[in-house]
Amino acid sequence: MKKTNVIQAWLLLLPALVLLVAFTHLPTIKTIWRSFFSIGERTDTGFVIDNYQYLWEDDVLWQVLGNSFWYLIGTVPTSIIIALTMALWVNSKLKGRSFLRLAYFTPTILPMISVANIWLFFYSPEIGLFNTVLGWFGHDGYNWLGDPEVALTSIMVMTVWKEAGFFMIFYLAALQGIRPDLYQAARLEGAGSFTILRRITLPLLMPITLFVLVNAILNAFKMVDHLFILTKGGPNNASNLLLYYIYENAFSFFDTAYASVLTVLLLLILVLLALFQFGVLERRIHYR
Amino acid sequence: MSYICVKGLTKRYDDVVAVDNISFEAEEGEFVALLGPSGCGKSTTLMMLAGLEDPSEGSIVFNGQDVTKAAPGKRGLSMVFQSYALFPHLSVGENILFGLKARKVSNNERNARLEEVLDLVDLRAHVNKKPGQLSGGQCQRVALARAIVSRAPICLMDEPLSNLDAKLRNEMRTEIRALQKKLGLTVIYVTHDQVEAMSMADRVILLNQGRIEQNGKPEDLYNKPESTFVAGFIGHPPMNLIADAQMVLGIRPEHIALSEGAGLSTSVINCDYHGANTLIAVDYRGHALKFILQGHHNHPVGTPLNIQWQRGQEHYFSDQNGRRLAVPTVSHFLTEGLS
Repeated sequence: MKKTNVIQAWLLLLPALVLLVAFTHLPTIKTIWRSFFSIGERTDTGFVIDNYQYLWEDDVLWQVLGNSFWYLIGTVPTSIIIALTMALWVNSKLKGRSFLRLAYFTPTILPMISVANIWLFFYSPEIGLFNTVLGWFGHDGYNWLGDPEVALTSIMVMTVWKEAGFFMIFYLAALQGIRPDLYQAARLEGAGSFTILRRITLPLLMPITLFVLVNAILNAFKMVDHLFILTKGGPNNASNLLLYYIYENAFSFFDTAYASVLTVLLLLILVLLALFQFGVLERRIHYR
Repeated sequence: MSYICVKGLTKRYDDVVAVDNISFEAEEGEFVALLGPSGCGKSTTLMMLAGLEDPSEGSIVFNGQDVTKAAPGKRGLSMVFQSYALFPHLSVGENILFGLKARKVSNNERNARLEEVLDLVDLRAHVNKKPGQLSGGQCQRVALARAIVSRAPICLMDEPLSNLDAKLRNEMRTEIRALQKKLGLTVIYVTHDQVEAMSMADRVILLNQGRIEQNGKPEDLYNKPESTFVAGFIGHPPMNLIADAQMVLGIRPEHIALSEGAGLSTSVINCDYHGANTLIAVDYRGHALKFILQGHHNHPVGTPLNIQWQRGQEHYFSDQNGRRLAVPTVSHFLTEGLS
C-alpha cells in the first residue's frame, strides 16, 4: 500500500519534473559547466577561469550592466505607480470604465514585435509622430533611437507604456477583492479618502505589489525583443541590456563560453533579487 | 424632541422601493430593534442612518441636528457590521484605535481609551493578534470595542450576532445588552431574529416590504399584534390565523390546551416532538390548528382530541386589510364550541 503511494506520487510529479529538468535545471548546469571548461569555441581546455577574469576587463559589460540598472530603476517603479493610479481610477465609479479597462490592456494583447514596429514609427527622426508633434511647436525634435543620450530613455518609455496596462489588470483584480464593508467601516470611523488609501487600500494591495514587482524586475531582465527591432543595443551600446548582450555574444560573436559566463552572472543577479524580495519584503506583507 | 428622529425616510432604486416613508423616534439610551424578514428594508434604513446610503426622501435628526446629508464620520455614531468589517492587516489594538487615529486624538488619550475598552470587552490577551487569528466571538468583541472606543453616543448594529453559533449568540446577547446599559448608548439594532429583538430591545420596530408594521414594546407586539403580519411573524411557532366569512381569528399555539369533554372536537394530523414539548397539528372542520403540549405525545393520525382556550386570548383581524379589530359583536365559528 505504502509502496504504491510512493510510485503514484512520483508518477504525478513526473510531467513537471521532466519539463523542469529538461528546460531549466540541465541547461543551467550545462551553462555553469561550459563557463569553466571552454574558451570561445574550444571545449578541450580543462578547468579554466579565464572567462571569469575577462568579466573585469570587459568595458562593454560594465556599460551594459549600468544600462540594465538604469533601465530597472527607470521602468519598474514608474510602471507600478502608473498601473496603481490607473487601477484606482478605473475602479472608481466612472462612465465607460469597461472601455477604459480595455484601452489600458491593449498594449499587453499586441505582439511584442508589432508593438516595437509601431513605436519605431513614433520614434523615427524625420517622419515620426513625436518629432512631427514637436515640430508644431517649433522644436527640431530628437533622434530618439539614434542619439546615445536618449536611446535608453526612449526604450524605457515604451516599456512603461507596455507594462503599466498589464500590471493594472492585477491591481484592478486585487482592488475588487477588497471587501466594500472595510471602506464603509473606515468612513464611519471618520477616515478621509487619503487615510483610507494609505491605511487600508495600499496595505491590502501589498501582496499584489510584491507579485507585480517580481514580474516587473524579471521582465526588465528578460527584455530583448524590443531591442532587435528598435536599436539593436546601439548606438555604441548605449541601449544594450544584459540579455541582449548575452545573445550577441552567443549568436553574433559565437563566443558561447563567454555567453555562458554572462548567463551565470544574470542568474546570480536574479537569485540575489529573489532572495531580497521574498526574504525582506515578504515578512512585511499581510496575506489574506 | 427625541434623541433620534427619522421622518418620511424613503429609498428607491430605479423602480424598486426598498424603504417606503418610514418615520420613528428613539430616546437617549434606548435600545431599538429594527426587525423584519429579509428584504424588508431594515438594513437599507440602517445604512441611511449611517450615511452610507443617501435617502431618496426624508430627514434624519440626531440630537437636534439634521444629519441627513452629513458624512458618515461626522454623525457622531459608531457601527458594528454583520461581517465585523475588521481590517485584516491591522492588529486588534490598531483596529480598535483606527478611528481615533483618523480623528487625530492624542497619543495619551488613545492609549488610555484602549486600556479601558480592552477590559470592557475582555480582549487584553489578544491585543497584538491579527483578526485572522481570532475566533468568531473574539472578532465580534473587537468590532464592539471599535464601536465603543469612539465614545459616539449612538451605535448602529447590523445583525452583529448572525455569524455566531447558537450558544455564543446567547452569551453575546446578554453581553451587548449589559454594555449598552452600562455606557448609556442609544442603539439601533437590525435583526431578522425575533428572539434577539424581543429579548434585547426596549422597543421593536417590525418592518415589512419597506413599511413599519408595528412600533412598540416587545410585549405589545406579542400581546397586541396590530396586523396579521405581526401576528404571524412574532411568536414561535406562529399564531394560528383562521379566516371565516367576516374576519380572521388568531390564537397562539401556546394558549391552546386539551380539554375533557368540552371544547372543539378535532382530529390529529401530525405530532412533532421537540424534546421539552410536542407540537401537535389538528384538523377542525377543514382548518389546521397547531398547539403545544408539554412532554412527549405521539397520537396516531386521526386520533380525536378536544381542545379549548380561555376566552379573551384570541385576536381578531380584518379580513380586508389584516388590521387588528376590537372584540367583535358577531362571533367567529371557532369560538362557538367554546364555553
